[in-house]
Amino acid sequence: MATLSEKVLTKSARNSKTEQNGSGAEVEDTGATSTTSTTGATRPVRPAAPSTPVLSVRDVHISDQAAGQEIVHGVNFTLTPGRSVGIVGESGSGKTLTCRATLGILPAHFEVTGGSIEIDGQDISGLSSAQWTALRGATISAVFQDPASYLNPSIRVGAQIAEVLKVKKGLKRGEARRQAIDLLHAVHLRDPDLVYGQYTYELSGGMLQRVLIAAAIAADPRILIADEATTALDVTVQAEILDLLADLRERTGLALVLVSHDLAVVAQLCDEVLVMRQGEVVEQGPTHEVLHNPQHEYTRLLIAEHEQYGLDKFLGTDAVEPAKTDALDTADAVKEDA
Amino acid sequence: MSTDRPASQPAEPTQPVLNVADLEVHYGHRRRRRQVLNRVSLSIAPGETVGIIGETGSGKSTLARAVLGLVRASAGSIVIDGEEVGSYGHRQWRALRRRGVIQYVFQDPLRSLDPDVTVEASLAEPLLIQGVSRQEAAARVRAFLDRVRLSPELLDRLPGELSGGQRQRVAVARALVTEPRLVILDEPVSALDSANRVQILQILKELRADGVALVFISHDLGSVAGVADRIAVLYQGELVEVGATGDVINQPQHPYTRLLVRSAPTLHSAAADRAEREALRALLHA
Repeated sequence: MATLSEKVLTKSARNSKTEQNGSGAEVEDTGATSTTSTTGATRPVRPAAPSTPVLSVRDVHISDQAAGQEIVHGVNFTLTPGRSVGIVGESGSGKTLTCRATLGILPAHFEVTGGSIEIDGQDISGLSSAQWTALRGATISAVFQDPASYLNPSIRVGAQIAEVLKVKKGLKRGEARRQAIDLLHAVHLRDPDLVYGQYTYELSGGMLQRVLIAAAIAADPRILIADEATTALDVTVQAEILDLLADLRERTGLALVLVSHDLAVVAQLCDEVLVMRQGEVVEQGPTHEVLHNPQHEYTRLLIAEHEQYGLDKFLGTDAVEPAKTDALDTADAVKEDA
Repeated sequence: MSTDRPASQPAEPTQPVLNVADLEVHYGHRRRRRQVLNRVSLSIAPGETVGIIGETGSGKSTLARAVLGLVRASAGSIVIDGEEVGSYGHRQWRALRRRGVIQYVFQDPLRSLDPDVTVEASLAEPLLIQGVSRQEAAARVRAFLDRVRLSPELLDRLPGELSGGQRQRVAVARALVTEPRLVILDEPVSALDSANRVQILQILKELRADGVALVFISHDLGSVAGVADRIAVLYQGELVEVGATGDVINQPQHPYTRLLVRSAPTLHSAAADRAEREALRALLHA
């Protein structure tokens, strides 16, 4: 494990070094000093850490050009190294579109029609595809819900991680293999040498998600987006993956964007939470404040779900159990205007 | 809210609606034969809600399928409403299912609802099979649609024209329409978002008042905790812990149960839990 942490730690020291493969695209930051950015937050977010943000999303609007409709109506957040921001919302709330916009992979017809996104100080709006290629994996990376669909079933999983290392870091075959095994070890797979030579069908969902995380962090990115990355997993495995992400964040200063439909998942890991509904950020603030003093009815519904139907009901808290009908009325209200 | 329900059979009030004793299920033949359920015993009282929790591959769905007669048990007994069904053949199962004493709801309602049949026809079918008159069936269908908080406007819709939450509520209504004594729900809320999940859980909670027994299967202790009277934890084919919901959550005995409780996302997840989870994982994998 030490290998990865050392590697990634030394990496953050040399992160200004240009990538070996790219077209010299690595951002020698034009706007690295633009620290001020958390505008429009409903509540004051904890004063930003001294380090400069690795990701700033400013009043981003996303539209479906084919339908001539705006889908996301303004999202704001900044992320500094070692911090994490969570986006909660039901399907169709715009959380995934926001993530895809920051990765430059919006579906056809969808466009960022307002606001700006800066990755490591660089505005992404004018990036060429070569510049994107240099940025993805090396600076910003992502894992999604269904790990199996992001891996080639006919290639051993280890080779797929090694490929990232060969392309992104210009490693030779032997060294790429060695580092890929280190990465499998770093994501707490029990027998990295064995897993390296296995195919996707031989691994469980939790193991595949670890493989994917290993591939995602292979080129030492500074930001990792986890979009419903634990949703399809068993609860105990979900906790393992979340613990792993927390661990990576602490050891390597990885900045995390965690997207989930479950407020509790996000609360476990994130410093700041955005609650989205129908393309709107309805609530945003430090996690503990959102949890203890929710302002929007939808946030209250998300909390009530846990307090009335979840484990929280039993876990000796002083929280008064809300009236039984409350959540239901809210659910109905939410349903109706949906 | 509650529809008039004929007083249930004059069965003994204490007789369990489901009694599973030393149930064993094997899959595969000869050398590939492996045990999926090992001596599982569980009793469900009338009107009781029992949550069965287990991870992928723990055998929880196999247990449900065995109780429903979809998988053959290799040993043990299953008694539903006083009838020993372990040795039932196809015909006897069909007769039992037709009576609508036991019903089930699966995770994905799209797969359990015929895509070419309207909501109304889907809900009425089990009643018509039982010989209920059309008028009476139509009235009952409307009553149960109301129970699951769906508007009668949806009666003419096809499953494809409903949202996921609506579809699952149709599936619940269809399970209830024959006024069963036992409903088995396999991951009924796992595919739903918060608003719909809360709604289904609320509906399930209300069912208890009617004396319907529920077996609620899930991988997520959190989604079951709010409705279940008792929790049974299935781990690697064995029931490792059964107890009152509060006890299982507050004083979990088996290491796996402890890990489950510590892993469930809660609003109060503390950082301290991480070390404990780590220790429990090490213990379980040792």
